[in-house]
Amino acid sequence: MQTPGPERARSDRLADWFVAKGATRIEADILQPAETLLDLYGEDIRARAYITADPLRGEMMLRPDFTVPVVQQHMTGGAEPAIYAYSGPVFRKQDRAGDRPSEYHQAGIEVFRRDMPEQSDALVFSLINQVLAENGLHLRPVIGDIGILMAAVRGLATTDRRKQALLRHIWRPHRFRALLDRFSGRAPMPAARKQVLDRLGQGSPADLIAQAGAFTGLRSADEITARAEALIEDARTRPLAAPEAALLYDLLSLQAPSRAALDHLRGITPLLPAITPAVDRFAARLTALSSHGIDVETLPFEASHGRTSLEYYDGFVFSFLADDPSLPPVASGGRYDALTAVLGQGKSIPAVGGVIRAGLFACLQGGKP
Amino acid sequence: MIKIGVPSKGRLMEKTFDWFGARGITLRLAGAEREYAGAVDGIEGVELVLLSAGEIPRELAAGRIHLGVTGSDLVRDKLADWSAQVTEWALLGFGQADLILAVPTCWVDVDTLDDLDAAAAAFRRAHGFRLRIATKYHRLVREFLTAQGVADYQLVDSQGATEGTVKNLTAEAIADITSSGETLRANHLKILSDALIHSSQAVLFASHAACWDAGHRATLARLASVLGLTIPEHLTGPTV
Repeated sequence: MQTPGPERARSDRLADWFVAKGATRIEADILQPAETLLDLYGEDIRARAYITADPLRGEMMLRPDFTVPVVQQHMTGGAEPAIYAYSGPVFRKQDRAGDRPSEYHQAGIEVFRRDMPEQSDALVFSLINQVLAENGLHLRPVIGDIGILMAAVRGLATTDRRKQALLRHIWRPHRFRALLDRFSGRAPMPAARKQVLDRLGQGSPADLIAQAGAFTGLRSADEITARAEALIEDARTRPLAAPEAALLYDLLSLQAPSRAALDHLRGITPLLPAITPAVDRFAARLTALSSHGIDVETLPFEASHGRTSLEYYDGFVFSFLADDPSLPPVASGGRYDALTAVLGQGKSIPAVGGVIRAGLFACLQGGKP
Repeated sequence: MIKIGVPSKGRLMEKTFDWFGARGITLRLAGAEREYAGAVDGIEGVELVLLSAGEIPRELAAGRIHLGVTGSDLVRDKLADWSAQVTEWALLGFGQADLILAVPTCWVDVDTLDDLDAAAAAFRRAHGFRLRIATKYHRLVREFLTAQGVADYQLVDSQGATEGTVKNLTAEAIADITSSGETLRANHLKILSDALIHSSQAVLFASHAACWDAGHRATLARLASVLGLTIPEHLTGPTV
């Protein structure tokens, strides 16, 4: 790759623009401790990030994004509320031959603020929208709300175990769908599961473990027994009621202009009252977006948007897409309240942010990246 | 000169020699005992390079050898986007082994990936770290588990005696190559019923990056004719 001089300059100018709008410039080390990110994202991030061994500091990682180090800096003594802007290279391994860079510049903004979350959502979205438009980039925006999906799952009339299983796989749509199909009775019980249940029906878990031969490994007999009992209990659980399941399928596939999507969601809240607070937040967000001059009559909403990203967005999500579907989003972001709790060691603060791929931005403007 | 890389020892080398021998090309060790020098009889313009099976994917990708025999598992694991870098020219029908996932036999609640995923979630809550799967096939296992939507696991590297990692408490499960399953049973492990990650066998690969000028292509055409193979598609066009 050639030295990204123009890309760096573009990225810095974008961060300066955010500063002119009230943000504070923040820096982050390129070399980050790997442990935090690996614990958060596991093998997904190991496959994508450059990891190296430091003789004293252990495993280190070339920063794959700014969000985690910015959250960590804020949580160790940042004033509230805070708006940060940053610019710099991030590093992602590419697993397919092609021309996506593995080192590219991101300019971004992060807002930490306890009150008025919908206003903060709208601020981040509208600032990015504005800077794109001012530079002649007219991209296709799309918004979503993972909070509505999570609220719908939490409100299902089923066991906590099934709700937890679904919540855990919100960011893995394929597995989520398979679980939902099973819990709603749309898919038959897999033969292998039936075999396990038949076996568990032949004796107590303790007896079966004893019969299985030498005990080996760190996973204890108590843990095995607990899961065996959970399996038996789950097999007795009644499927989701058909109307409730149908609502959830409908919600997952909802795609409409934002105002129409809100009307649709209002229409189903009497049947799925648990999503009411989340739908109210969505309504408040649309009002806030309108006050920033965003046309929510046409702004596309997709209920499942953001579900294939790294699993930290848990509310508002958005992207700005180029016409060419092979290109990554030019800008994207969202709300990640739960992440601050995980990183905050007991503290947490609502947060929302977004990034612009500066090289792609410059390229679409007509210059070379 | 077309360079062909062949595993430098063991059954994979012998079977490769047999496969070529049955088609009229003699590959053999030359020079003193223990010297890694090879010779080719029965065709002009082909040079034998003896290499570790694990290094053959890298040499093919770099184009330092034109052809190479190694396991399909090694190419898929060691090369990103492998099919953009090498072509499978011929499946050789030996060296068969399956890359599978195995867990302790005493896990009476676990038979499938679905069970493994649920067990991993509970394990992480109970122990504070992700369920460890020992393997040397990081790319293949990770891509498989990602496609299957399994979460809350981590891969730990094991370059040998992988079946022992569970007993030694350095992993909870393993992903490894097995042909008969005997080593697994001896170590009190069982195979998950729906987790066949890859069925491997020995394959003759052609490099995309190697120099394929007119002379190389002429030799390749003669080799193809002797072996009874058709020339790989990416090598049938005009030379560039």
